Amino acid sequence: MSQSATAIQTDTHAEHHEELSFLYKYILPVDHKMIAMQYMFTGLIMAVIGGFFSYVFRMQLAFPGESVPLYGIVGPGEYNMMVTNHGTIMIFWVAMPVLIAAFGNYLIPLMCGCDDMVFPRLNRLSYQIFLVSALVLIFSFFVKGGGFGGAWTAYPPLSTVPEYNLTDWGASLWILAVALEFVSFLLGGINFVTTAMNARAPGMKMMDIPIVVWFLVIAVILFMASVGPLIAGAVMLFMDQRIGTTFFLPSGGGDPLLWEHLFWFFGHPEVYVVLLPTMGIVAEIITVFSRKKLFGYRTILYTAFATGGLSFVVWAHHQFVAGIDPRMANVFVVTTLLISIPIAEMLFSYIATLYGGSIEFKTPMLWALSFLFAFLIGGVTGIYLGASALDVYFHDSYFVLAHFHYTFFPITIIGMFAAITYWFPKMFGRMMNETLSKIHFWGTFIPFNCIFLPLFFLGLAGQHRRIYNFSHYPDLATENLQDVRVFATTSLVIMLLFQGIFLYNFFYSMFKGEKAPDNPWKANTLEWTVPSPPQHGNFKKLPTVYRGAYEYSVPGRESDYWPQNMPPDKN
Amino acid sequence: MRGATIMKNPSSSQSVLFSTAETAVSGQPEITKTPISSGVIGMLIFMVTEAMFFAGLISAYMVIRAGIEEWPPWGQPRLPVVATAFNTLVLLASGFIMSHSRTCFKKYEFALGRRWLGVSILLGTFFLVCQGYEWLQLLKFGFTLSSSVYGGLFYLLIGAHGFHVMAALAILIYLWFQMKFSENPVTPEGIFPFQILWYFVVCVWPILYVLVYLS
Repeated sequence: MSQSATAIQTDTHAEHHEELSFLYKYILPVDHKMIAMQYMFTGLIMAVIGGFFSYVFRMQLAFPGESVPLYGIVGPGEYNMMVTNHGTIMIFWVAMPVLIAAFGNYLIPLMCGCDDMVFPRLNRLSYQIFLVSALVLIFSFFVKGGGFGGAWTAYPPLSTVPEYNLTDWGASLWILAVALEFVSFLLGGINFVTTAMNARAPGMKMMDIPIVVWFLVIAVILFMASVGPLIAGAVMLFMDQRIGTTFFLPSGGGDPLLWEHLFWFFGHPEVYVVLLPTMGIVAEIITVFSRKKLFGYRTILYTAFATGGLSFVVWAHHQFVAGIDPRMANVFVVTTLLISIPIAEMLFSYIATLYGGSIEFKTPMLWALSFLFAFLIGGVTGIYLGASALDVYFHDSYFVLAHFHYTFFPITIIGMFAAITYWFPKMFGRMMNETLSKIHFWGTFIPFNCIFLPLFFLGLAGQHRRIYNFSHYPDLATENLQDVRVFATTSLVIMLLFQGIFLYNFFYSMFKGEKAPDNPWKANTLEWTVPSPPQHGNFKKLPTVYRGAYEYSVPGRESDYWPQNMPPDKN
Repeated sequence: MRGATIMKNPSSSQSVLFSTAETAVSGQPEITKTPISSGVIGMLIFMVTEAMFFAGLISAYMVIRAGIEEWPPWGQPRLPVVATAFNTLVLLASGFIMSHSRTCFKKYEFALGRRWLGVSILLGTFFLVCQGYEWLQLLKFGFTLSSSVYGGLFYLLIGAHGFHVMAALAILIYLWFQMKFSENPVTPEGIFPFQILWYFVVCVWPILYVLVYLS
């Protein structure tokens, strides 16, 4: 066993993979690729639920009090429940499972050149707990009082006292679901880091690792280091709800601000936990479709370390108006503005990679470029919010909402589509239809901007978040503001309709698409050296790595790419 | 998971974890070695999360305490400081003995190492039983989770630690029996990650003792 660290000794060996029954192949797999698929499809189903919620509450905002097609009349409690669970689902049940768990599981072993994760059964357990957490969340929508409606940040006392939030069991089940989800990602995260450290192919040095693997590992470490306090907080919140403790209730000697600190100590690194995988995916795509070496591999890597470190000391910028000490706010303004420097440096490196490259506008590249554009807007508006003097006015307005949708939409949705369109040939062995993919791209990207750009202006006009019906507020119920809301909602409906094209293309291509070659994009990384889709155990013979992942257009070579595992004497 | 840790660690002076390639196009590839076994890395990462979990609990304790003038609040029972000090010593002894059993394993004295492992487990169980007895006494005094935020914090912090002790003991006891009676016993390398878990549990306790009992 040359690579002792891999799973090959303990679990289903590559040699007898044909014997696997349906149950062990699809329902209880230990194969990292199948677990990745499970995560991806669960995440996509949850995305449909989260997207449907956004459709219902946007319709309510645009046409208050009217019956929403496919849903009906939206009550205030249902509105709160949908807003809360839209946020929760999109971050914890879409961004995390698809970007980190699905692509992490799929890519880390393949890109590191090993046969499976180091702890495959832990991996399987991770998905099973994740599935239970998703089911608990969905179940919580149907208990008495409905799903939790206290916003995804769950500030006490609103989240702790049933008389305030009116969702007694919904709130507790929500916490339970989130806690289970964290346990699931803890198990997955242990696997990711250990695999990337111990199971790399011979010859793959630290600086030969593809950026996306690095970023997944850094993201997981950030998650592991930040989630502890939130788990502690979740336990305390749960006890406040169900056992009658008063950790967060001022009436019993507790401190409601404590929850905000515990929550945001996790909540802000979480932004970078989901950002970094997408940044890595974009780095892979940009180099492949520019046919150019990644500009500043080490710079990008070190800025990711800097971002990770800084992300632990910025959390209180979510609490500038929550009653924290203004002197403390000053410190957090400085750190918040500092963290934009490494991120900007990363974006500049990507743009420098594009400069002078021979760019091909394939669909994954379009997604990657649109990510750079949209995330830039999200980042720049974040600078305004990071300054406490401005944040006092912008806080909890639609400006904030538009800002974080300009970060999270590129991260989650654009990053997900970029990754799916790029790795689809490897995952399913068939090509997606390029024309339909491009129609879907424009049909998503243009409406996305039409939804959220107007919301910046609504926020500047003073529109507050989490309001059920603006017609109750004379200042906000004016006709021109309502027109903007209707425009944003219409754009959302158009965008959601275009997702039908994606779903058709996805499932049609999966079964009927053109057969994909092993390396359709002529990329260097190891996953493209195996057949599409890779067999159980990935590599027939475990590869040896001779160079970094980004040797494109090397002078003096005939072909413009140089796979990592090609021996130097061969050309 | 246990099985995956069954592997010899090549004791190499050159650590691959921290090696770097100066040129992206490297020459002859080296064989990737694993200086730290996967089980240990996995457990260490888990310990990071656990440490942050306890840091969260401890900071919650300190924040809430800072907001209350009289601590412990009026009418709440005092905690048994001396009995718990003895119990602390028992737990620390268990930790040292665990480390001794590791030393024996390293010298390939498996039977001896297993014996010391058993002693360490017994001391840990003694600690847990004493804690349980103490809780029963406190509950008799009407000191419960909801009697005050003080009571809530006490049971939260000490209970969180107690859960960890219980879980670690359960795993260690299982491994001890597996090692003694199984035909295919777990190797010392397979036990080591859970010994690390035990060190963690032992090391957290004095901090909690000083924080909760002594102040």
